[in-house]
Order: sequence, then C-alpha cells, then structure tokens
Amino acid sequence: MYVAVKGGEAAIANAHRLLADRRRGDRSVPALRLDQIVEQLALGVDRVMSEGSLYDRELAALAVVQARGDMIEAIFLVRAYRTTLPRFGYTNPVDTGAMRLERRVSATYKDLPGGQVLGPTFDYTHRLLDPELAAGAEVETPAQRPVEPEAMPRVSAILAHEGLIEADGEMPLDHVPGDITREPLEFPMARDIRLQALSRGDEGFLLALGYSTQRGYARNHPFVGEIRIGEVELELDVPELPFAVPLGSIRVTECQMVNQFKGSAKAPPQFTRGYGLVFGQSERKAMAMALCDRALRASELGEDVVAAAQDEEFVISHSDNVQATGFVEHLKLPHYVDFQAELGLVRRMRAEYEARENPGKSEEKREAAE
Amino acid sequence: MTDIATYNFAYLDEQTKRMIRRAILKGIAIPGYQVPFASREMPMPYGWGTGGVQVTASIIGPDDVLKVIDQGADDTTNAVSIRAFFKKVANVAVTTETAKATIIQTRHRIPEHPLNADQVLVFQVPIPEPLRFLEPRETETRKMHALEEYGLMHVKLYEDIARHGRIATTYAYPVKVEGRYVMDPSPTPKFDNPKMHRSPALQLFGAGREKRIYAVPPFTDVVSLDFEDHPFEVQTFDQPCALCGAGNVYLDEVILDDHGGHMFVCSDTDHCEKRRADGHHGHLAPETHLALEAKEPAE
Repeated sequence: MYVAVKGGEAAIANAHRLLADRRRGDRSVPALRLDQIVEQLALGVDRVMSEGSLYDRELAALAVVQARGDMIEAIFLVRAYRTTLPRFGYTNPVDTGAMRLERRVSATYKDLPGGQVLGPTFDYTHRLLDPELAAGAEVETPAQRPVEPEAMPRVSAILAHEGLIEADGEMPLDHVPGDITREPLEFPMARDIRLQALSRGDEGFLLALGYSTQRGYARNHPFVGEIRIGEVELELDVPELPFAVPLGSIRVTECQMVNQFKGSAKAPPQFTRGYGLVFGQSERKAMAMALCDRALRASELGEDVVAAAQDEEFVISHSDNVQATGFVEHLKLPHYVDFQAELGLVRRMRAEYEARENPGKSEEKREAAE
Repeated sequence: MTDIATYNFAYLDEQTKRMIRRAILKGIAIPGYQVPFASREMPMPYGWGTGGVQVTASIIGPDDVLKVIDQGADDTTNAVSIRAFFKKVANVAVTTETAKATIIQTRHRIPEHPLNADQVLVFQVPIPEPLRFLEPRETETRKMHALEEYGLMHVKLYEDIARHGRIATTYAYPVKVEGRYVMDPSPTPKFDNPKMHRSPALQLFGAGREKRIYAVPPFTDVVSLDFEDHPFEVQTFDQPCALCGAGNVYLDEVILDDHGGHMFVCSDTDHCEKRRADGHHGHLAPETHLALEAKEPAE
C-alpha cells in the first residue's frame, strides 16, 4: 500500500509542540529563570557567548534553556540572531594589559609584578561530588584581596625587555582588520582573520587539536606565559566626538602561550607565541586556541607543515561547530532521489557480476534485479 | 530583548541582499564560476538549504510566486518548512504548480515540466566544488579552475570506466558550462543534467556553508563530461510511473511490503498529479488506492 508522504506541515507543527513540551518537562517542577542560568550556569553561558560571537548573557541564557542545554544548538540560536543585528562600528582594540583581573597565573615565573592570583578556579578542587550542594547548602561569602590599584604588566611584556621573545608583530599602518562575519574566508588567511575564526571555533575541536600538538603532531614546546581573566573596557571612536566613548566592559579570558623556537631560515632563535582570547571565563578554550594559533604559524616561521593542527585549511574549515553540525546532521534529510540513482547503478553492476560468475542464471537474476 | 521579533522583508537586511545580488550578477557574468560571498547564518541549519534560501531571499519580490521542492516533491518536510518560512517572512504567494511559479527553489531535482524564460530555478548546493573529492584543498581547486586544468576529473571518469565499465557517477554528475568552467550541478541525478542545457530559465546555485554562489544564465551550454566512446547517458527506468503512467521521467522506488514488493512513482509530485488530473493513469491507478485521496496540494 502506497502511503504518500503528505501532511508535512501538520507533522512539523506537532513535532515542535512536542519539543516545547519536552523542553518544559514536568510542570510541577518550577521553570528555570534566565537569571538562574546566568548566575549558576555561568561557564555554559560564557561558552555560548564565545562561540556564538555575541556578548549578551541574557540572550545566551535564553538560548541555553531554549536548546534544552544542548550547547551547539544554543550557539546556533545566538549566531542566527547575531547575524541580523546592524553593524554600527568597530571598537578600538581592547587593552588586556589594563584588565581588571580576577585571575592571573603564569607558569613561566614563580613570582612576577602583580603576583599570581588564582581566582575562581577548579584547578585544585578535589573532584568529589558534593551532596551538600544538592541539599542547597548556604555558600560562604568569598575572601578576596583588594583589586590591585595598578595594572599588572603582561608576561609577554616582561620577557620582551630581554629581546628573547618575538614582539607583538606588526601590520601595515593601513591594515584594516578583517571580519569573518562579513567577508567570505579565503586561504591563506592573515592572522587577524585566523584568530577570529579560532575564537568562535568549537572548544572540543580546538582542544583535541591543541592536545595533538602536545603529543607530537607538530610539537611546539609550549609554556603558559600567562592566563588572565577579568574585565576590559570597550571604547568606540565616534566621528562627532574628539575622544573615544566608553561602551562598558566585558569579561574575557586571555592566554599567552610561550613556545620554544630554535630558529629557522626566516627567524632567529627566540621564544615565539601563540595567542588565545575568548569571551567570558574559559581557560580551556583560550589555551587550546593559543596552541592552535602557534601551530598554524608554521609557514610564517618557516617550519615544516606536517600535522593536522598546522594545516590552516583543515583547521579553519572544520572548526565552526554550527557549520559542522549542520552538514553532519543534514544527512538525515531525504536523499532518496540520489539513493535511487545509486541503487540503479549497483543493481546493474550486480547483475553484470552475477552474469559473469554464474552465466546460466544470469537472465532470471537480471529480471529480478530490474 | 522582547522586541527582537521584527525582520526585514524576506528576512535578510537590504545590505546583505545587495551583497548577495552582486555575487549573483558576477556569477551570471561568468557562467559556472563559483563566486565567494559572505554567507550569513540563517535561522535553519547549514545543510538545510541556507545557500538556496539566501539566494531566494535576495531575488524574491512581493509579486513573486514561489515553489519549493525537495527530492522533486512539494510535500517533503524541508520543502514544507522553507515554503512556510518565505510565506512568513515575505508573505509571498506560493504554489506547487511548476508552470505558475516565478521562483522555484529545489533540492536534488529539476522539475519535469519545461521551464520558461520568466522563471528562476534556485538550487541548494552542499559542496559546490566539483573537484573537491579529487582535491580537498580550496587553494588547489581554485588554481585548477583558473588554469582550466581539469585533467584530474577526466582521469577519474576514465578510471571509473576502466574499473566498472561505465562512469560510476549517478548524481552530482560534473558538467562543463559554456565551454569553460567545470561545475557541480548540485546532487541532482544525472537524469536532470540535460534539462540544464540551454534552459530558458535562469539557474542560480547557492551554497551557504561553503559560501559560494554560481549561475547558469538562460540559453547557456551545459554539457555533461564524457568520452567519445563512452557518451553521457541518463538513467532509464524499465517501467513507467505506476500512478500516472509517465515514461521518460525520474522515478522513486516505493517499498510496498517487506517481501521485496515495490512500485515506481514519479519523483516530481506536481507532474504526477497534473497527469492524473488530465486522465492519465498507471497500472496501480488511483481508483483502487485510498491513500491517494490524501494527496492534495500541500497549501
């Protein structure tokens, strides 16, 4: 009996209704409020802002709850909204040296101006599930030393005094930073474009690639020069005004990876750098980004490109999880026209094969096959 | 946050549409050439036709009549979804009738009914690069197109013949456009390739994730690659459509039971319905089939 695939519209509407029901879950359990997500699932919200490329905690929280906690779906929701926003300007470069720090650690120096500040880190927690948390126990107020009155210099600036580390690098004066959301990607790409792509790249993908460099696939001897997390000011130049207008501040995580470099035909022996910068608090992402950034500088530094993490086209073309999930998941859309074409071909080739192997039965096989 | 629900006509802002129209015009000027464009995130996932949707959104006007098909059918879920999207964001008239549409967005098929010069066919394209599976690097494939270096493709087709006795590509069969660019016709079965050749309709191709637009202007040569001794040929079916009796159309195989029972019916649902309305019928004709009473136009 042939049942036509009709009623798509009703099926879709009903599926969405069921989805909304499942998303809400048991109605006797109070619905999540956005402020609860913003406050208590803050790192998840940060990831959605970072890979969604939109700094808005409330929208990210809405996306998380709308996506039922599926992070990539939440990132996608934020991206699809972000792309509709008008662009009214580009802020001045942020000065991470002037960051109001909540955390700052260096693995290359025991002590340094400004000191090491652990901040809110999981690092030395024992990963023991906490039944008291489930019971809703009160939490102590934190003890923090007063914020340093002076900005803490970046470790890269400290090393730079000896000339042993490469400088920040220079762009031509007329270089206008690219915008991957407004221009199609082209390979090879300038580092500003590449860093943009890495910053919104999938945390898991970059983590795995960064890890691969540590295990010998393009090893680049990294040290964490510095990780800092805190608030930076955003300023915008407005043509009508003689000064930059402060827009507010955003929380970012910056990682400066310092990498040993023996020198090449193109550059003297020195420490080189990989850079990571992401919205919110995400050390894992910033560190992985810095490892990948350094690996992707292979050609620039005259190193052999031998591993996946060094291959710009490979890394950047596959780092976007919204694109990746779309193309992987589109395989569930109907493909029966193409499958029919392949089926016809395989049947014919199979019939020919049978005819060769089994000349006597070929006629009846062919009948059956076609 | 509460007043975010207003969108421009056809969803995209006018600046974006202008950018996409420029890419389309460039594509028309260089038939078969893949024009990079700053593809936007769309409110449906990559892989669901975001390239085609962006092209349609950029060319559609309030007077247009839109038809959307997926696998040749107007009623597959994604076709329904895209049609509903444009009804919502552009409030345009929609149709399932090929002849009445001014814009037809398609995935994997070209309608059986011949198109005319007032129509635009918009293809959804997953991988726009015909050389991609031979050479994964964009930097290389762009060079190959620039130098018109298509030897690799011919070698691939030759190796198919050497191994299988025939060219083993059944869909997304590569074509040469206006004697210059080798182009991916999108994953339509090769059955549809001849329909692209000198079509009076403008054919536009959008690949959202890969950020490419290309075009075949009306009355342009589109030639499927082949060899003199192994000329290109399309799929043939041994039986006509079981419902409308049409021959020389692309058929879907419908499984009837779990004992190998199957029937072949038109992939182009509009074509099939038209023929049946005109009194044609196949060997499993509607009179005996209750299920077909459910076959009403989707709109």
